[in-house]
Amino acid sequence: MARLALRELCGYRAGDKGDVANVAIFADDDETYALIVREVTAARVKEHFGAMVLGRVDRYQAANVRALNFVMQGALGGGGPRTLRADGLGKTLGGALVRLEIDVPDSMADRRRARPDVSWADEILGEARTSLEPVSEP
Amino acid sequence: MSEFVDDEVAMPEVVVAGGQGFYGDTPTAVDALLAEGVDYLCLEALAELTLAILQKDRQRDEARGYTRDLPAYLARALPFVADGRTKVITNAGGINPTAAARAAVDTARKLGVTGVKIATVVGDDVLARLPALHADAGQALAHIDTGAAFDAFPGSPLFASAYLGARPIVDALAQGADIVITGRVADASLFLAPLVHEHGWSWDDWDRLAAGILVGHLLECSGQSLGGNYSGDWWALPHPWDLPYPIATVEADGTAVISKPKGAGGRVSTDTLRHQLLYEVHDPARYLSPDVVADFTSARFEDLPDDRVRITGVRGTPATDTYKLLLSSHAGWAGEARVAFSWPDAYEKAKATAAILRKRVELAELAVDEWLVEYWGVNALGGPTVPPAREEPPECTLRVAWRCADQRTAGLVGRELVPLTLSAPPAGMTGAGRGGGGSSTELLTIWPTLIDKTVVDSDVRVVLEEVR
Repeated sequence: MARLALRELCGYRAGDKGDVANVAIFADDDETYALIVREVTAARVKEHFGAMVLGRVDRYQAANVRALNFVMQGALGGGGPRTLRADGLGKTLGGALVRLEIDVPDSMADRRRARPDVSWADEILGEARTSLEPVSEP
Repeated sequence: MSEFVDDEVAMPEVVVAGGQGFYGDTPTAVDALLAEGVDYLCLEALAELTLAILQKDRQRDEARGYTRDLPAYLARALPFVADGRTKVITNAGGINPTAAARAAVDTARKLGVTGVKIATVVGDDVLARLPALHADAGQALAHIDTGAAFDAFPGSPLFASAYLGARPIVDALAQGADIVITGRVADASLFLAPLVHEHGWSWDDWDRLAAGILVGHLLECSGQSLGGNYSGDWWALPHPWDLPYPIATVEADGTAVISKPKGAGGRVSTDTLRHQLLYEVHDPARYLSPDVVADFTSARFEDLPDDRVRITGVRGTPATDTYKLLLSSHAGWAGEARVAFSWPDAYEKAKATAAILRKRVELAELAVDEWLVEYWGVNALGGPTVPPAREEPPECTLRVAWRCADQRTAGLVGRELVPLTLSAPPAGMTGAGRGGGGSSTELLTIWPTLIDKTVVDSDVRVVLEEVR
């Protein structure tokens, strides 16, 4: 048994309806899907979000696309037009969920999802420097 | 399945496109869809938040309350509409579809386009009837999520929009409309309507209606089904600066193929589509639309060559007897301010500044009903899901937001931050956010509820106007 964050196993997307946020996570194969069905319960997700989610968390399965969908009540500070939060629509809650660590069999301990390669961004940015580089104005 | 619709041969397949995903999306994206010769261009302009924005717009000017980028979209689509190649369906009418239709007619006239028929769907706005519907017609209007009774509704409603289904749009198309402008029609129903119209699907053909709603759901958020907000290898998508918008080719049996314009970037795959499939969905086996309860878990996705995905097997069950109804009321005024702090001790400086601001506001006797403090760069977005930092952050931006009963106070709270420029913990860099410069934003409570379809439908009408 090993511990692994969901980010190494799943894709994610979050959205809002009123003060209710939903976060879906997506497995890439049947073995991983069976694992998250077993490990990522509604209770685990509710505990993970702590004070961020005031109400109930319900879990739904969509086996046809190997997905779990978590519906979280009272998760957005009153909902988009009412909340004081910067992320009033809960768009970032998917990333917050895949930080959750679960037990995985040793055979899956080395699983890693690919990390971004944004070298194309360097090409576009070209002379435009990042804040870490010295800037010399002409 | 009927083979004939309005004495015309039913289309073997209908091509619909999602040209807009929200108010503020880019009208230029529809050019590639129109060039593909799509039969229907659907423009989905509304969200709960959008209705709130439009309400504020209408408060300032009674002639507003629709999404004002509609003319920009129509200017691009009208040449194709005038040629009879494409029809346009949109809920850009927001909370004032009649005003939106007027803007559409004006746009056509300015471009010298005549003969185009513009239909307006009205009747989703039940604000004026709300007291009677509640008191006399037995509409409970309890909050859909909390179960709170309508007696607990805070204040008086500013708008009351029922989420209509595809039927009035189908009526408009049957009357020969080239452009259909609605108020709050449910997003996915905009896309179902042309499929029902062209394929002659009956209103109890639940599986086909469900297939149409699923297609609509995949298309309603424009680029989000083709790589937008995609958690897979988003960095590897072609042309990420110009993600295309989706196209669906739908057969009479409900089989659909999702694709994108030729040569466009982005990606169409089961993976990109499943991200959208569950977006803003609660129980995927019971996706409640006004037209059908769709079972999204029944759909089979099959990746085809050339960025196409075939969807089959969608099942549906009878629609419910109610529409979603969104009510809203005034909820006070918000202000916010941001201050950036550098290493060392960036977090501690930010925290102290938040406390100093609160103390100053207290001493100034300004009434604040709610405070929110966020530490950007530390845990503003992740909250308790973020583990304690192993080392101090290189920088931290403090964001403070507050809610007050009146606009003036919300502005004065922001002013209390200004003296801290020279009289606070070191090296803060003030940036005026919402209210930071003394301005503030109106907050609205939203109250989603249900209303019987029958009491709404009695007032739903289609108004048809030919541009001359």
